[in-house]
Amino acid sequence: MLIKRPDDIKPSDITDEKIYHQRRAFLQAGSRAALAVAAGAVVPGLMFPGEAAAQVAALQFKKNARFSTDEEINSLKDITRYNNFYEFGTDKKDPAKYAHTLKTDPWNVRVEGEVEKPADYQLEDLIRESQLEERIYRMRCVEAWSMVIPWVGIPLSALIKRFKPTSKARYVEFTTLYDPAQMPGQKRGVLNWPYVEGLRMDEAMHPLTLLAVGLYGKVLPNQNGAPMRLVVPWKYGFKNIKSIVKIRFTETMPNTTWNLSGPQEYGFYANVNPEVDHPRWSQSRERRIGEFFKRKTKMFNGYEEQVASLYSGMDLRRSY
Amino acid sequence: MMMYRMKPALIKPLVFIACLFPLVFGIWAGFTDQLGANPIEEITHRTGDWALRLLLITLAVTPLRRMLGWGWLLRVRRMLGLFAFFYACLHLLTYFVLDQFFDWDEILKDIIKRPYITIGFSAFVLLVPLAVTSTNAMMRRLGKRWGQLHQLVYVVAVFGILHYLWLVKADYLLPLIHAAILLALLLVRVWYQRQSLPARRAAPQTS
Repeated sequence: MLIKRPDDIKPSDITDEKIYHQRRAFLQAGSRAALAVAAGAVVPGLMFPGEAAAQVAALQFKKNARFSTDEEINSLKDITRYNNFYEFGTDKKDPAKYAHTLKTDPWNVRVEGEVEKPADYQLEDLIRESQLEERIYRMRCVEAWSMVIPWVGIPLSALIKRFKPTSKARYVEFTTLYDPAQMPGQKRGVLNWPYVEGLRMDEAMHPLTLLAVGLYGKVLPNQNGAPMRLVVPWKYGFKNIKSIVKIRFTETMPNTTWNLSGPQEYGFYANVNPEVDHPRWSQSRERRIGEFFKRKTKMFNGYEEQVASLYSGMDLRRSY
Repeated sequence: MMMYRMKPALIKPLVFIACLFPLVFGIWAGFTDQLGANPIEEITHRTGDWALRLLLITLAVTPLRRMLGWGWLLRVRRMLGLFAFFYACLHLLTYFVLDQFFDWDEILKDIIKRPYITIGFSAFVLLVPLAVTSTNAMMRRLGKRWGQLHQLVYVVAVFGILHYLWLVKADYLLPLIHAAILLALLLVRVWYQRQSLPARRAAPQTS
């Protein structure tokens, strides 16, 4: 069963202007509401994700069942309070506690490198031309735990087509915001800031690759990488870079942050692969958050049918 | 200093209760959903944390006693050491039962192939003879050899800290703080040994 590449935009797909304006308003209201809750009298440590979510605006989107798994979705509570986002601290509970200082509106994204016209975009400009979709994806962390998450976003391929990369563009590099005032974890050098990740062009153009702006039908909470993050479900979680401010098309393979931190342990490809262990722990099994017994990890996180062809002929033990 | 005024009989029960507190708090946290989204991981970390902390506290007894003259500390040293072993047992059980659920095949592979587990497991194995020989009867039976055997506690502490250091992904701060504390405790001992060098030939080493 091959996933068909998405056709060009049909007239029926073009966003109705009224919905476009509604969406802008929702996004702006959403991020302002989130900021208001955070900046208000609520003590950060006591703020439950549920409270913030109730104040955050709902997004208009269509469900994409074709790309979604029917496995049980993890609770919003778990998804928003168990995060690796070292920009806010290295404890899993830190992002939920401290990410409220991140200002997600306005949000500027620089697009540069091997593209026809390098430019700056506001977040609304990036997503307005595509219909938001909900996709329920598995997410597998390199630490051997996993979740099922209902993301809302747009296919990265739709954006890339708009940017018109030149023939020299073989990779896409993403960069996270660098601002220790907003992201206090960046005051410590646990990783080389800012966080950088990258994909090969065919991985970036793959139908599964998503640029997410929402979660559980609402605007993305700060601790999950607001306002815009990458979701590449067949790779380890650290490839899913958060709070993106720069997208650069390059000829050479990007130097990614975790690869710099541990070259023997974290590779560029980082495909979920139960047959290639992390040097210090096994990758053959994982703990699905919420379950007691461990599960067998699946090749490419269960997306083997859709993505294996990208790596045919490659030695995945060497290209980890 | 307040301890001098306190009835000596109260010191050990108080320390006992204090050492149980992490366990009690942990159980309460478990029932009130305060262990987070991955409770098994949280329990593994907390039991490991307290095993290591109590080990370092046990090793701090002699330096503190010498520096501050707190004789009463010696009376609780065995209890502290055994509580360190207690939390180490809980840590190991969490790993065997909650994390791996008796999958001995996987456990054996882990112990052999994963350095941080090899060294952690070795630290536990070395603690066992120390726990077993902690009784008064054993101290009498082993005499001078008891002190020699219990030098192993330094090896256990080093292994415990390496276990911690080798499992973190990028944030080395806490393991390094523990290492610094251990180093300080060892240096204090070395300093006191140098001080009392002539007297050492007379009395057996009780460190």
